[in-house]
Amino acid sequence: MKLDILMVGVGGQGTVLSSNIVCDVALANGFDVKKSEIHGMAQRGGSVVTHIRVGEEVFSPTIPEKSADIVVSFERMEFLRYDEYYGKETTLILNTQVIAPPTVADGSAQYPDEKVAQTKKIFSKVYETDAISKAMEIGNPKVAGMVILGILAKAVPFKKEAWEQAIKDRVPPKTIDLNLKAFDIGYNI
Amino acid sequence: MKKVLSGNEAFARAAFEAGAGVVSSYPGTPSTEITEHAAHYKELYTEWATNEKVAMEVAIGASLGGKRAMTCMKHVGLNVASDPIMTLSYTGVNAGLVAVVADDPNMYSSQNEQDSRHYARFGKMPMFEPADSAEAKRFTKEAFDLSEEFCTPVLVRSCTRVSHTQTVVELEDRAEAPHFEPENNIPKWVMIPANARKRHRIVENRLLELQELAEGDKYNNYVIRDKSVGVICAGVTYNYVREANPEASTLKLDMVWPLPMEKIKKFSKLVDKLYVVEELDPFFETEITAAGIAIEHIDRSLCGELSVDAVRALFNSEEYEVEPDMSLPFRPPSMCPGCSHRGIFYAINRLKLFVTGDIGCYTLGLLPPLKAINTTVCMGASIGMAHGLDKASENMSEKSVAVIGDSTFLHTGINSLINTVYNNGHSTVIILDNGITGMTGHQPNAGTGCDIHGAPTVKIDYVNLCKSIGVKPENIRVTDPFDIAACMEVLKEETSKKEPSVIITNKPCIFADRSVVDKPYFIHEDKCSGCRICTRLGCPAILWKEEDRVAYIDENLCTGCHLCIKVCKFGAIEQRSK
Repeated sequence: MKLDILMVGVGGQGTVLSSNIVCDVALANGFDVKKSEIHGMAQRGGSVVTHIRVGEEVFSPTIPEKSADIVVSFERMEFLRYDEYYGKETTLILNTQVIAPPTVADGSAQYPDEKVAQTKKIFSKVYETDAISKAMEIGNPKVAGMVILGILAKAVPFKKEAWEQAIKDRVPPKTIDLNLKAFDIGYNI
Repeated sequence: MKKVLSGNEAFARAAFEAGAGVVSSYPGTPSTEITEHAAHYKELYTEWATNEKVAMEVAIGASLGGKRAMTCMKHVGLNVASDPIMTLSYTGVNAGLVAVVADDPNMYSSQNEQDSRHYARFGKMPMFEPADSAEAKRFTKEAFDLSEEFCTPVLVRSCTRVSHTQTVVELEDRAEAPHFEPENNIPKWVMIPANARKRHRIVENRLLELQELAEGDKYNNYVIRDKSVGVICAGVTYNYVREANPEASTLKLDMVWPLPMEKIKKFSKLVDKLYVVEELDPFFETEITAAGIAIEHIDRSLCGELSVDAVRALFNSEEYEVEPDMSLPFRPPSMCPGCSHRGIFYAINRLKLFVTGDIGCYTLGLLPPLKAINTTVCMGASIGMAHGLDKASENMSEKSVAVIGDSTFLHTGINSLINTVYNNGHSTVIILDNGITGMTGHQPNAGTGCDIHGAPTVKIDYVNLCKSIGVKPENIRVTDPFDIAACMEVLKEETSKKEPSVIITNKPCIFADRSVVDKPYFIHEDKCSGCRICTRLGCPAILWKEEDRVAYIDENLCTGCHLCIKVCKFGAIEQRSK
């Protein structure tokens, strides 16, 4: 078994919690796991990327070219920056939330909607969702990451109970129910 | 129990398990989280020091006092701490002393990509290099033992891909460290020339003994697989090599200094072709070649980091470079919405001042649209450079300012300000006091009012500090950085003076003090003229709607700092009432 997951997003979107849970689940299932992050600096807004690698024995902390099994993009265009990692075997899990880069924000550049549409066609499978709206349905946009995690859980061969346990271990006790609800929404999409 | 830990968590865990007593560090990416995690162990005394040299000296004192001590820093932090550690190599230690230094190949968050291995050779100290978190913990624990056994400081080299990678680690209990009485040994600890000459001989002998250890079975082992190719490598590069070429025989250097030359010679005879694969400088290659061992030279770039693909390319004699898609709108880190630096940078930009900058969040003032940083060299450099500019050019002090954050000022800026005052400089220094060490993730400092645990402590009074240095009270101006007009006025007044001046901003980082976060603002589309002046603040919350030719505010991002209403001439921006 070999599972390489690339998670990309924008600083402040909270990708860290999701990726930590993936690691816990992989470990609980008896696998070796490595997770490497480039989270930029403390400021919000920069591009962030996390490599998660699961297998019998994992060497490199970063995923080799073209070998990501799953790309999770927490922002609509961010996966475009990391095209060296995916190919036609890769699954894309895409949150359709748009966070405008500075040059788009000030009107000097266009958001690359066309390129997003074209590049999506490369992937073997695409799961697309507006995770913020889904999270709003249960009353809190902050659990959007859990909705995405639910979709990811469905796409990989670990039991649902292992995910639920890892979520219980990682989130603040008062928010367990809310997080599990958000996870379920993603899992059942 | 097994857990997934980052390299930095593992370094902290090692200090805990090794029975260490004192951890003192200054924050620096990618090393910061080591000390943050160490602070979670109540058995350890942990502190943020004012700079890496101070932290190193605290660690030396703790070792002298009989407690195992650790100090952690980024690669350039070791430059600051190099003065004490170079002579600490001579004095040796009492209880074990370990310095963790984290390099940043590819400069994800650094001003250079210097290779710290040179310090081990330079200072004649042993250096370990772990490949993952499990080794980070094991080597760091053993480094404490080694430090005591050989009476030497021990360096442990990390890098971004070890510090910020989580891997599986077996947790162990805290052991009781060996007992050391505080030491009073003048020939050992007082490095006057007569004593230091004797200690230097001890250092040279120690290095030979350490070399014997490096040659032994405990470290630096080779595994013979395919005999046609042998690879010498260390740290995270070992993992790239194993994945890129699983059949290759490997000699993994756990200790990167001193090198086990006999073992390397032996390995070279067991394989047909011997390669050295290393990131950054040809450190092993130079030493091994100088020892007369034939290696296959790999023509490679000395810049940036390796990867599985980059290592494959090395063996195939191909060039490897990932070309970023330049057609995509760039997404650099930017000053956060509500950042207290934005207003004064806007004022600096309007006055077209030349800015000697420093290291911190405000370095981002470089980016458009603010474009208000002209130099960045190292921690504290802004003030000395502004003084040099002033002395080199007749009117430069009227057209330039030094910009430095509170933590950086306390780190190494204060000495430079004393120098400016002492030598009758005319420069203007802006201390951006936001009450926190921002860029590394909001650590408290001596100007915050609390320690690493959040416990109240003395808070530096910058005004009185500057007065006591000799800056005239009328030239010390405390200014609200959100008040653009006042900032411009103060900047004009102080730069025109033929005397040293200090401008101190007084609003907190929005992460240091969440109480400043207020209701968001919004833009009345019908009142917006489309002049775009608000977008020139570079606030990530202010966006431009091309189809309607109006600006709008992302209310999820807006922190209610009200800077934008100061620049809107049409009264189009208003705060939400709830």
